[in-house]
Amino acid sequence: MVVLFSLLSGLLFGTGLLVSGMANPAKVLGFLDITRAWDPSLALVKGGAIIAGLVTFWLASRRKRPVFEETFYLPGNRTLDKRLISGAALFGIGWGLAGICPGPALVLLGGGVLKGIVFVLAMLAGMLLFEWLDSRTLSRGK
Amino acid sequence: MHIDLDHFTPIQSLAGGLLIGAAAGLLVIFCGRIAGISGILGGLLKRQSADKPWRFAFIAGLVLSPLVFQLFSALPAIDIDASWGRLVLAGLLVGLGARLGSGCTSGHGVCGLSRLSPRSLVATLVFMLIAMLTVGMMGHG
Repeated sequence: MVVLFSLLSGLLFGTGLLVSGMANPAKVLGFLDITRAWDPSLALVKGGAIIAGLVTFWLASRRKRPVFEETFYLPGNRTLDKRLISGAALFGIGWGLAGICPGPALVLLGGGVLKGIVFVLAMLAGMLLFEWLDSRTLSRGK
Repeated sequence: MHIDLDHFTPIQSLAGGLLIGAAAGLLVIFCGRIAGISGILGGLLKRQSADKPWRFAFIAGLVLSPLVFQLFSALPAIDIDASWGRLVLAGLLVGLGARLGSGCTSGHGVCGLSRLSPRSLVATLVFMLIAMLTVGMMGHG
């Protein structure tokens, strides 16, 4: 059931990206570009997602455990460190360069968009680069 | 700056946003997991990881979503102005940055903000601001 509901969640997430217009990188750039004609759509996507998220995460917080799992797997780190800031900054540069973030990238891949496929391959390479850097830091004892 | 009313889609964007938040809620309530796409994908790239099936299923759902969407409606127009070189650089930075910063627009921007996480609020403000500056300086393509 965990696998089935994960699949359903992915399908619903992707449908939301398509309905909202955020699967189209030009529309994302229309929001990020505040110097010319500004398309505020992304702000409404975020607003809608956070409204639904606040309600559902509040519902989840009232439960002792998830429906199909023994426990919640939630991030517990609360420190603001250099990694968080530098990672978010690098991510922001990449996001601004093409208007594509990981969710829409996978939707573009599924839609058979060639530029989306190339982006996903580069993104996977970036993630593997992180794994390599991370394992080097760990082996040095951090 | 002026508002681009020709491209502004308030109803669809709000509705799509609600679906995205509902999808994240579905995953946490039923499976106890955070719908952070870079984190879910990154976990599939790790050598030792016992929890690959649900990750694979979520990613499969995302990738299959345009095919299911097509059964009911035409796919929206897709415009990618970035050149090939720029696209590859963008992908590398998005992949590396999201993993280093423990999340992206979904993990921090949707789930983290819905959980009122200070880390996610800072990360979201940083990447939105930097992305706006990048577009402002580099243009669209």
